[in-house]
Order: sequence, then C-alpha cells, then structure tokens
Amino acid sequence: MIRVYVPRDSAARSVGADEVAAEIAKLADVQVIRNGSRGLLWLEPMIEVETAEGRIAYGPVGVEDVASLASSGFLTGGAHKLRLGNIEDHPYLKNQERLTFARCGITDPVSVDDYVAHGGFEGLKKSLALSGAAIVAEVAESGLRGRGGAGFPTGIKWKTVHDARAEQKYICCNADEGDSGTFADRMVMEGDPLMLVEGMTIAGIAVGATKGYAYIRSEYPDAIATMKQAISAAVAANWLGDNIQGTDKSFHLEVRRGAGAYICGEETAMLESLEGKRGMVRPKPPIPALEGLFGKPTVINNVLSFAAVPYILAKGGTAYKNYGMGRSRGTLPFQLAGNIKQGGLVEKAFGITLRQLVEGFGGGTFTGHPIRAIQVGGPLGAYVPVSQLDLPMDYESFAANGAMVGHGGIVVFDDSVDMAAQARFAMEFCAIESCGKCTPCRIGSTRGVEVIDRIVAGVERERNLELLTDLCQTMTDGSLCAMGGLTPMPVLSAVRHFAEDFDKPVQIAAE
Amino acid sequence: MSGKHTLIDLSPGEAVAARAIALRYGNKPDALLEILHDLQEELGFIPEAALPALAKALNLSRAEVHGVVSFYHDYRRAPAGRHVIKVCRAEACQSMKGNELAALIERSLNITFGQTTADGAITVEATYCLGNCALAPAIMVDDKLIGRVDQAKFEKIAAECKA
Repeated sequence: MIRVYVPRDSAARSVGADEVAAEIAKLADVQVIRNGSRGLLWLEPMIEVETAEGRIAYGPVGVEDVASLASSGFLTGGAHKLRLGNIEDHPYLKNQERLTFARCGITDPVSVDDYVAHGGFEGLKKSLALSGAAIVAEVAESGLRGRGGAGFPTGIKWKTVHDARAEQKYICCNADEGDSGTFADRMVMEGDPLMLVEGMTIAGIAVGATKGYAYIRSEYPDAIATMKQAISAAVAANWLGDNIQGTDKSFHLEVRRGAGAYICGEETAMLESLEGKRGMVRPKPPIPALEGLFGKPTVINNVLSFAAVPYILAKGGTAYKNYGMGRSRGTLPFQLAGNIKQGGLVEKAFGITLRQLVEGFGGGTFTGHPIRAIQVGGPLGAYVPVSQLDLPMDYESFAANGAMVGHGGIVVFDDSVDMAAQARFAMEFCAIESCGKCTPCRIGSTRGVEVIDRIVAGVERERNLELLTDLCQTMTDGSLCAMGGLTPMPVLSAVRHFAEDFDKPVQIAAE
Repeated sequence: MSGKHTLIDLSPGEAVAARAIALRYGNKPDALLEILHDLQEELGFIPEAALPALAKALNLSRAEVHGVVSFYHDYRRAPAGRHVIKVCRAEACQSMKGNELAALIERSLNITFGQTTADGAITVEATYCLGNCALAPAIMVDDKLIGRVDQAKFEKIAAECKA
C-alpha cells in the first residue's frame, strides 16, 4: 500500500480536498491519510506521496488532475506539472522555524500513536514528574507571552493561579479566533489538536486545575469536530481523564461552542459565555486568574499559548527563549492573508520584518498590484503603510509605532483599497459586535461611522476629523475592554497614514 | 399539559424537545449555549415555546434565556431556508473583492443579507471571518467552507442549493 496524504484542514477542503481524496482512494494499492495542512495554503489541495525519497508533494490538485497524475506515476513520485518535489525542501517550509507547527501536516491529527511517534506527550510526561511550581517556572523561563494578542507573560498568569487557594480551579482555552486574517488556532485544532490537549493538561497539572474548557467559535465546525475526536482519543489512551498514565494527576477537558459573537474572544466575555450567559464584558479587577470561571481561579490562554507549552516542557524554557528578540521570545505562527500571492502559515522567531513575511514568503499581492496597506493583528490592529514594511515583528516595536502584533494575522491590501472605507468598517464592526456594556464602545462606534460618513461626504472635513480624533480618544480611554479601546487603532492609523483617502473630491451619486 | 394560558402549550412538541435536550446536559445552566445549538440543529430555529421550557428546566428566568438567545448572532427565531449561506464580510475577504462578491450574491439571489429566497431554498447571512483568510473570499454553505469564491463558483453553488 502506498500512502497518500490529503489534508482534512478546512481551508484545503474549501478548495476541493475531499473530492480529490475520494478520487485518489479509487486507485489500486493506495491508502489515503487525511493529515493536517502544511500551511502552504495557496497550493491546496496539496497532496503528498510517501516514497523512498521522502514525501513528494503535488499541488494545487484538482479532481480533474488525478487521472494525469496517475498516468505520470505520481505514486512513485513521478514527474508532473504539479510536482513540488520533496515537501521538506520547499523554501516556504524550509525557511521557517517551526516549534509549534512542527507536526502539523505530517501526522494524522487524531492518531495518538502518530502524535507520540512524532514527539507528542514528551512535555506532559515530564510534567507528570514535576511539581506545579517547577512547571510554572519552566514556562516563565521560556519568556512565553499570551499569543491571543495582549502579550501578557504566561508564566506570571500561571503563577497567580498556582498560588491562589481554592477547592476548584479551571483552565480555559480561548479558541474564539474571530480576528479576520487569523487561522493559526484553527489549523492547530484541525491539524494537531492533541498538542492543544497536551498544553492544556500541562497547565492543569501546573496550577492544580482538574477541569478545562476549550471555547471554540461556531464558525469552525471542523475544528470543533476534530477537537472532540482528539479529546476522545486522548482519554482512550489515558493521556487525559482520571489518573493520567497511572499517576495521581487528573484532568478533564470539554469543548464548548461559541455562538457567533466576536466579543466572546475577550476573556471575561468568554467566561460569561462559558457560564451560559450573554457575552458581556466583566470589569477587571478582579482578574480571572483569581476570580474567573464560576468565580474560581482560572487560567485563560489562547490556543497558540497552550500549543507552545508542550515544546517548552519537552525541550526546556531556555530552548524556546533562544528564539526571538527583545522581550518577545520564541516564535509566532504568522498568518499571511488577504490579497497575497502565497498565503499561508509562516512560523518564525520574533524579529522577522513585515517585508520578509509579505514580500519574501508571501511573494507580494495576489492581484500583482502594488501593496498599499497591511492590517496587522486583526480588526483592532493598525493599517501599516508600505513605508513601515521594515518594522520587525516584535510586541514593543509595533507598539512604539502605534500598531500591534496581536495574534499574528497579516492582511495585505493592494492599491485599490479605499482607506476611508476601511476606517468606516472598523467602526461599523465595533457597532455590530459591541457587547453594549460600556458607552464609549456601544455609542462611540455608531457615532464614529456617522462622523466618517460626514468626512467622506465633504461636510466640514477639518472639524469632523478633529471630532473623530476626539471620539477615538474617548473610546481608547473610556472603554471597558479592547473592543472599544482598540477600534481607534485601525481608524486613526488610516487617518494618519492615508490622509489623502479622507480628502477626496466628493462623489456625486450616479442614481 | 393543562391550561391553555401558557406558551408551552401552544407548541408542546417544541417544549418537549427543549426539555429533552436540557436534560441531556444535566439541566446545567452553564450549558445553555450548547442546549440552544442542539435545539436549533433539531428544529431549525429557537421557537418561542422553548424559552419558558428552558427557563424552568435550567432554573433561570425567562428573561435570562431570552437575553442569551437574542445576544448571539447564531440563534434564529424563525426557520431559515433549506440552505444557509454565510458570506464573510471581514477585512481579509474585503481585500479580495469580498464586497463586490457580497453585492453580486444579493443581486443574484434577489435578496439582501438576513433574508431567504422566495422559494425557501437559501438564506444568506453576513459573517465576520470564517478562518479561510489565505483563500479569500470565503463563504460557508451550511457547514461546508468554500474558498476563492467567484461568480461562476457561486452560481454553481446556488443552483445546487435550489435543486
């Protein structure tokens, strides 16, 4: 039997991977394995054939290509116009530093045997023999900071929960990956979900929590299904549940679905949602580490934060810390998205520049037009102009330039973009998704849309631009959470870097 | 099941379904979102009669259940068409002419976002990110994600939905 890998990742499925897998399965002596995606998404569906020379990739493969692939002898790595060669040698993959995504695309995502054969559960195995404090110290040593966007040191958060006294503590994974331009969480959950299970279990053992929830957005049905399969597989193999691997440590994990509310990616709104309530933001303090889910001490981390933990425990915090720059340690899985030629997942140490990512890995725009703006860090992140392409990806460097790294989402726009329209959309999105608890966010966003409309319509432009700046200041200073607090970032960055788009001759409606 | 003044009795089947699902989750109030998802999968929407039934089962007020149902975009209060097409309206898709695609979809189906075609085949909804940002613009047809959507691809999908 010859093994052929066809990804089950929903991005690959979105361009026909299922149909290709079914067609290949009809061939004689072939075993089709549904792996995760390697993250070279513009080449999806990208299939790989296991040969003596390694895994030979072909892509993007359509159903109609299978016949010609078969006649070219692709099952032995034969030549074909879609042949990409040994996938490990592909520059897009070879030039990455994959710590978190080391296994994604190689293994069958829900096979515990596969996971273990590729270094899985090494971190958990070590953790089972360590004290909670020692695990927390290892994570602190790594310099890992919250990958959801806020960049709070994970070790400090874990220590707070570890030191808190309570009869019950919780681990909550924020998998409400709602930022446009981000899909790394989804790829982990669909491509290497056992790594997330392992990371959360280590967290539970570290702080003394026996129960965990993965809060996954409902827009990700594949991720939800794959995570549930992975949890069942881990329980069956005793890597999760009671007395893990015969020790006195226990940890239980449950998937909870979101229901289409962007605000539930905010940690306290997520807690409310996990308690079965409206996703209304809670004021802080109390911090969730002390009074979180059901009022108990709770570790809340992003998928990528938990996913970094198995490596840190297996190889040591120092090994992880050796990557990166300044106070941004380790690697970040960047997501190249939007109008980009070679979109996909690029995991690199902090310090790589935006230009290296977008022009080097990404190959420029999909349309071939010049890049005009890049939104980094999701809908609440700044629009970065081409003049800042040499900014290194580092929390502090971005913050110093009025921008943010966020969750590592990078959305490229070509020269057809209207930045006044993008600024308006940022306010509109905030108005749609605001939880409504605080006034600056709930009302400010609606007023923001109106003010931008007046600017575009040419009504007292100077005064309204001033008003917009003032409104943004109020939202930044007065909002309860990052939704209202950061919406001004894309708006003001558009005004600052693309002022000409707010000063165009007024369009007379054609109708 | 006595007394015709409570909403429960207007559609006992719906209330029964709601209670059965709540029981599956041990009548735990923190599972309300899961219960509502399951109920919507079973009935296609969240009927009015389910609210008091769920409130009673979970020991919540009706206002609390109503508050949750109305807060989250996913829950619908009326049945949708046979197929639901979610169209991503967020930035990454915008950068790939997503707004033009959205307009084309509205024109092609002769409805606006949030509406259902006259033949009951398709409900079209706006959504903000489907996590397919490298293969934009993206839509989701029922639970199936579709990437690199253009006019030809959409028209084929719409025809299949209507068939």
